[in-house]
Amino acid sequence: MRNTFADEFYALGKEDPRLAVIVADISPAGSIAKFREHFPTRFINTGVAEQIMIGLAAGMAMRGLRPFAYTIATFALFRPYEFLRLDLGYQDLPVTVVGIGGGVTYSTLGGTHHAMEDISIAASIPNMQVVAPCDPAETRILTRYLATENRKPTYMRLNKAGEPDLTATAEPFELGRVRYLRRGKDTCLLAYGPIVKQALDVADALEARGESVSVCSVHMIKPLDVEGIVEALKTHKRVVVLEEHVPHGGLTSRVKEVAWDNRASCELKAFTLKDAFIHCYGSHEELLAEHGLGFDAIAASLGISE
Amino acid sequence: MASFDAGESKRRCLEHRLRILEISQLVGALHVAPAFSCLEATDTVYNGLMRRGDDGLFRDIFIMSKGHGCMSQYVILEALGILTKEQMAGYCKPYGCLGAHPDYGVAGIEASTGSLGHGLGIAAGMGHAERLLGRDTAVYCLIGDGEMQEGSIWEAVMMTPNLGLSNLVAILDFNDYQGLGRTTETHPHFMPMAEKVRSFGWEAADVDGHDGAAIYDAITKRRGDKPFFLTCHTIKGKGVSYMENVPIWHYRAPNPEEYRKAVAELKGSLA
Repeated sequence: MRNTFADEFYALGKEDPRLAVIVADISPAGSIAKFREHFPTRFINTGVAEQIMIGLAAGMAMRGLRPFAYTIATFALFRPYEFLRLDLGYQDLPVTVVGIGGGVTYSTLGGTHHAMEDISIAASIPNMQVVAPCDPAETRILTRYLATENRKPTYMRLNKAGEPDLTATAEPFELGRVRYLRRGKDTCLLAYGPIVKQALDVADALEARGESVSVCSVHMIKPLDVEGIVEALKTHKRVVVLEEHVPHGGLTSRVKEVAWDNRASCELKAFTLKDAFIHCYGSHEELLAEHGLGFDAIAASLGISE
Repeated sequence: MASFDAGESKRRCLEHRLRILEISQLVGALHVAPAFSCLEATDTVYNGLMRRGDDGLFRDIFIMSKGHGCMSQYVILEALGILTKEQMAGYCKPYGCLGAHPDYGVAGIEASTGSLGHGLGIAAGMGHAERLLGRDTAVYCLIGDGEMQEGSIWEAVMMTPNLGLSNLVAILDFNDYQGLGRTTETHPHFMPMAEKVRSFGWEAADVDGHDGAAIYDAITKRRGDKPFFLTCHTIKGKGVSYMENVPIWHYRAPNPEEYRKAVAELKGSLA
């Protein structure tokens, strides 16, 4: 995802001299190195200083540039939070803050590097959009949109490198709309980010048992496609949210709100990270499992027996 | 180079102070003393330093990073015809657009401030953007001395010379007062500021912050190859004896009797 972001950003930056990137001692590598080399004045490294990363981006946006701020999600969001809130949100500036390592991607680095509640706190800022592509292809589309048409402050959650493409056979991407990767009638799995892969695996298992299953990438969590969520709730017997995020304030909370507001009668289940800092180290998959987001736990809870 | 008339500066600042006091009789929520300490500096930027285009719009930028000093900015913008009398009458009223901290989007206001430590970073981003866009815009940013304690200010102090922003001028309103006491007492090793910012790569100078001509000279005669940091030595509540260096006037509005006394004192001061 981060390499796709870098490739796309470089390609767009060649065309548009207003595009700039401000990093805080973390680089997306790949093509950003080329961007830095070709456009040294549009690549700023603030060092280990995140408040000025956002402040510079705000000032640049106010004079007509299209800045992206980029670092590890925890440091992109939690450390300079009030700068996102006031410089970007209050002033409603077209700045994209890219946080890499969303959720527990940095599985061996501990809680200091986990962004488990990033969606929640970003979405709580008025004016702030929140997007989270599920694969490199969606990363490319969203990067292009944010660099060209977008006029709102936006938090984009990415994971890291090496995620598989999941959307080759999906329905066409429509910005902000719940996107069906496959369409069924019984169960609908809603997710965003690379955990959509887990949703597809769960869908395969459910289909093997004869269920008809939908899988959706909810790539924009704020503003949420409420109409699309309502449709999913009304046209399926069961809706399941899979979210690499704490239980509150993210997609799970929003889907439950929408379900209540719209008198949804389907079964509704959610699998999220725990509301806990877990002191556990291992692979990304191992941490998800420790949080209860592993395939086996989800399968068992949904009544799938191997 | 254009000259700066010291007598005119004094006359304008007297009018500004009287206007602020006049508004203080209409609305209680007012930072009078913090506006009085930075009044000459703000006036000098607007009336001496900032260039206006043929369309009347400023080509240079001023950011009031110590947002609670904005009453000085409002009365100057009014005198310049950028804010209207009607807008001023709506200060802190539901139908108005002016609050006790400046708000981006209002005529003449370049950034929303009020939470301290935001203006200098924004100013640096603007200065860098103007360079990239090929414009010779100068960016002036007024900071409070208590505000200098924010870590974010030091991130900006560090980055501004890295970006080579010689188009940026930071003006410190060193009135030596903050919420709970004198800055030089609560933080005894903090001042002087000039030597600290010089060590970060700035050009720096000190000046009497109530002498408009001195502020003008210090800024226009700077070398100009680095960002410039001007410490203005000021008095909180400057111009009204009972307000000077008395912390309660950070936020209090004078009662009618106090108002009359303040007006009499100010008018007498120019005689």
